[in-house]
Amino acid sequence: MSQPVIQTEQLTKRFGAFTAVDRISFQVDKGEIFGFLGANGAGKTTAMRMLCGLSKPTSGKGTVAGYNIASQSESVKRSIGYMSQKFSLYEDLKVWENIRLFAGIYGMEERLIAPKTDELLTRLGFADERNTLVKALPLGWKQKLSFSVSIFHEPRIVFLDEPTGGVDPVTRRQFWELIYDAADRGITVFVTTHYMDEAEYCNRVSIMVDGRIEALDTPGNLKQQFGAHSMDEVFLQLARKATRKAD
Amino acid sequence: MKAVKVENLYKSYGSVQALNDLSFQVEAGQIYGIIGPDGAGKTSLFRILTTLLLADKGTASVDGFDVVKDYKEIRRRIGYMPGRFSLYQDLSVEENLQFFASVFNTTIRENYHLIKDIYVQIEPFKDRKAGKLSGGMKQKLALCCALIHKPSVLFLDEPTTGVDPVSRKEFWEMLRKLKEQEITMLVSTPYMDEASLCDKIALIQQGRFLQEATPRQIIDQFEETLWAVQSNNMHMLIAHLRSHPQVTSCFAFGEVHHVTVQDTLPMDEMKQYLHNLGHTQIRIESIRPVIEDCYMVLAQKQTS
Repeated sequence: MSQPVIQTEQLTKRFGAFTAVDRISFQVDKGEIFGFLGANGAGKTTAMRMLCGLSKPTSGKGTVAGYNIASQSESVKRSIGYMSQKFSLYEDLKVWENIRLFAGIYGMEERLIAPKTDELLTRLGFADERNTLVKALPLGWKQKLSFSVSIFHEPRIVFLDEPTGGVDPVTRRQFWELIYDAADRGITVFVTTHYMDEAEYCNRVSIMVDGRIEALDTPGNLKQQFGAHSMDEVFLQLARKATRKAD
Repeated sequence: MKAVKVENLYKSYGSVQALNDLSFQVEAGQIYGIIGPDGAGKTSLFRILTTLLLADKGTASVDGFDVVKDYKEIRRRIGYMPGRFSLYQDLSVEENLQFFASVFNTTIRENYHLIKDIYVQIEPFKDRKAGKLSGGMKQKLALCCALIHKPSVLFLDEPTTGVDPVSRKEFWEMLRKLKEQEITMLVSTPYMDEASLCDKIALIQQGRFLQEATPRQIIDQFEETLWAVQSNNMHMLIAHLRSHPQVTSCFAFGEVHHVTVQDTLPMDEMKQYLHNLGHTQIRIESIRPVIEDCYMVLAQKQTS
């Protein structure tokens, strides 16, 4: 069996006396769509920052794409893609310039960038928008382009932090089609969302409460385990147990 | 008297038409929801109604006062919670609240009953700087600050965006309690599931209302039969359903797909079609639409 793309053991992050992430252990396999859920303040962002090599664990360990997140964080960064609603593309650059910029940052070979840009824009139906400034694109287009840019260099894994927040319902669903396509190509997808219907589209889902992973399974099994009709109910049951929510 | 009255309102930024001929009215004491994605024009509308932005054309009034002529009177009467956190980050929780009370010439004590239920939740942190609060707490403080002068109309611009489902539910419970105090509320949100908590809603896309009515009326007006379809392979199912010539729409909806078809297609035939394509555990049942179904149908009608 191939090695998991993400593997953590007792991964922990403390800030002073506050334990933001408390001994989480889990693994994510190649090509899996993994939903990383939790209430605001449960520790999702801190955990994700550690997995992206942006923050050193206090204790425990983790590997992403085979690299140790503490000692090989630069290699981790080169093996991943990242996209969030807040940070995606540069508004004052044209569509092709954004692609060119990010491909360069992710270390893609110069000669591969131009032909792949053409191919991507055609596939997305954006060929006519090549020279459009990103700020002139509708939000839904931006999000689709931003996701495509984050996997342009064919990373082993892509981290998506609330990628569909505020996006209209039709585009939100088209966005998930892109996620499926990426997963079919073998890219592992690690995604956070506040839309509980989207939790259903994940292969497996973890739910964090007060820094710990309180549940992890397929949506179907989670619903069965908690006697719930929907992922929304599962989430509410777990998140209401939180004691540090007030902070 | 109407709490809010808008007639033929237009606003554009260069070539972008942010608001395109909007007209509506809000009854006093109602919760009125403006529902649509980012970029639909929600914030422009709120900024015009709170007298912070001038419309290109059209008129609007709040509590009977004109947003242009009587802007000072409106500012005294309304509460506004903007989408971006707008409190003073370097002031403590209590200082922020005191500041907003003093600006409106009142005291925390005078209207404490209005904010009590919300404020007690953040009171343990009253000496903490606002900038150091978590998202949910900031939101509660912002609501307290918008309420402290007992506004007659409260404008809440995307108060729950980026907020987890539990905090969203709690926030709406707070709004329901405020309704008992006879405060009119205009709330905007991109979350379609919040529509059912409003007395009346407007679905907005690209500066236009797709529809305006009570949530129930909008759902009742959904013209077709909506089917929830499931099988062992949900991902393939969506492609197969869409490629059927008599399927008119098909959208993923959590654990099922929502599908509409031409009347002439019996569901037995559909089942057989899916079975022939290798699906098992096929389940098809007719269901009542939700607001998100209505939004998608209306949005596509407008675009096409």
